[in-house]
Amino acid sequence: MHRILIPPTPLSLRVAIARHARRFSVLNRPPPSYRGHVPLTLIERSALVVGSAVTSLFNPRRGDLIATLGETTATPYFIYRLRDAMLSSITGRRILRDRPRITSQTISLARLRTLPGNSVGRVYASWLDREGVSPDTRDQVRFIDDEECAYVMQRYRECHDFYHALTGLPVMVEGEVALKAFEFANTLLPMAGISLFAVTRLKPAERSRFWRTYLPWALTNGLRSKEIINVYWEEQLDRDVDDLRAELGIERPPDLRQTRKALKEQRKAAKEARERMGGLMSE
Amino acid sequence: MPPRITASAPSPFQKLLITRQPYRCLSCSIRLSQSQSESAPQPQNASSQPTTHFGFEEIPSSSKSSRVSSVFSSVASSYDTMNDLMSLGIHRLWKDHFVRSLNPGSKPLLPASSTSQEPRTEPWTMLDIAGGTGDIAFRLLAHASLLNNDHTSRVIVSDINPAMLSAGRTRAQQPQYAPYAPRLEWLEANAESLPPSIIKDNSIDLYTVAFGIRNFTSPLKALREAYRVLKPGGVFACLEFSKVENRVLDAVYKRWSFGAIPIIGQLVAGDRDSYQYLVESIERFPRQREWRDRISEAGFLVPGVDERGEGGWENLTGGVAAIHKGIKPLNGG
Repeated sequence: MHRILIPPTPLSLRVAIARHARRFSVLNRPPPSYRGHVPLTLIERSALVVGSAVTSLFNPRRGDLIATLGETTATPYFIYRLRDAMLSSITGRRILRDRPRITSQTISLARLRTLPGNSVGRVYASWLDREGVSPDTRDQVRFIDDEECAYVMQRYRECHDFYHALTGLPVMVEGEVALKAFEFANTLLPMAGISLFAVTRLKPAERSRFWRTYLPWALTNGLRSKEIINVYWEEQLDRDVDDLRAELGIERPPDLRQTRKALKEQRKAAKEARERMGGLMSE
Repeated sequence: MPPRITASAPSPFQKLLITRQPYRCLSCSIRLSQSQSESAPQPQNASSQPTTHFGFEEIPSSSKSSRVSSVFSSVASSYDTMNDLMSLGIHRLWKDHFVRSLNPGSKPLLPASSTSQEPRTEPWTMLDIAGGTGDIAFRLLAHASLLNNDHTSRVIVSDINPAMLSAGRTRAQQPQYAPYAPRLEWLEANAESLPPSIIKDNSIDLYTVAFGIRNFTSPLKALREAYRVLKPGGVFACLEFSKVENRVLDAVYKRWSFGAIPIIGQLVAGDRDSYQYLVESIERFPRQREWRDRISEAGFLVPGVDERGEGGWENLTGGVAAIHKGIKPLNGG
């Protein structure tokens, strides 16, 4: 395992510092680096970090604020580290050169459903169908100043569903928290770590499962495996998913849906048994 | 052994799946933006379409009303909450003062005409333009009923945006506003061309527009429509954001507008761009004196102008908002 922690050439950091030296304010923003870009001052960025963290904790349906939290906490260091991790790998460099986007236009789900059963593409399409989500639900990155790093963030966001398919974790809160722990250990983005506060919203049984099983799984696998940001998903679609997992060094966690279903049935059976016993005893 | 991820070039099947995006590496994107800026002036010279401002953007005039409409459809549901947050509740004081200074429902001391001795007793017909969620309309009726004992004056609330009107209709069902509901009419119309069959010429006693006129494609057209529908002697009253005179207050106000308001819009309403448009539209609206001159050019008599040509408006909170009034002359101007 060879993880980049110190960026080799902080050119992007120098650019970032130079930008701050221009002393821009809300009344004097520099021109945008890409469409939709909004350069933020430090005060605005801090306000958005706090505001979006608090609001999305109390209203988890505000996916747009979770995205904002990710963008505003990614600088100064973390998104540059992730971009440099991409630059250090041949595939990562190709992704940065090609800039592929994952939307329902660029990924044809109909074609993916026709692929062999255990292929990455088929698992991804059936996961999307099972959870009832589409690849179009991702917001555009707006608050990252460096244009290439904005693409890295966008790519990370768009690949999130592939990570679900790779690990098999479902879209419910428990699965999302476990996946965020895995992403945090692998990409080191602060937003993934901050999202772990959502563990306070889990039920006691879910929380104990998280501490006992999923967090240890996430940390060991996230730290040990290769950088998942460097997977060129568009090229891996017809590959066997277990093959890809073996290559990346990821083991599947226990299937969360099956575990919950089994526990639910156990509880139901126990309840029926109790009622029958109670019925017998009252006679 | 080299990892397999670094495999061969994409197959034709995969090439179908990958769509190339316009910008690539940083140097390519710089070159692309330079070539775009070279070609950008040409479309503007080629088209002869009239343009207008949309905040700081220039857009074709024909598309302004639909873009403003989408801004207000987006903000309609959280409009009142956002007003409170953006102005820290001060907008309530402004609107209260605005309505109080108009004294709706009051009976004039003069007789209705030269032939009769009786004072005019017919109820007021008021038109509240861009009044979507009903803030001004409810205040007008409350003032008329509670302070002037007038229970028959009515208000036509007009807005171009149905989402705002429906938010207003919902508010009218709340217990504190329900008594006024029968005296309210909700009209979806464009203030620049009010339907003459519904709002006839010389039929309105009081025309109010609060924080709406800066969003119109042509505020001057709205002034001419106001002149058409008002009775002679009728009052045009406009409450709008304006220029702050004091420089220190202005510096604070601008930073609040351009810094805090888009962030509040993003956190509360989930829409940064609409609130960015709103603060930019405030910047673009004419200053107090210029706006007073437009009102006067539309044919209205502006009260409060002294012999040097100063005055004719009332600043609120140091000029953050301003009330402009005009009276349609009795004898055809």
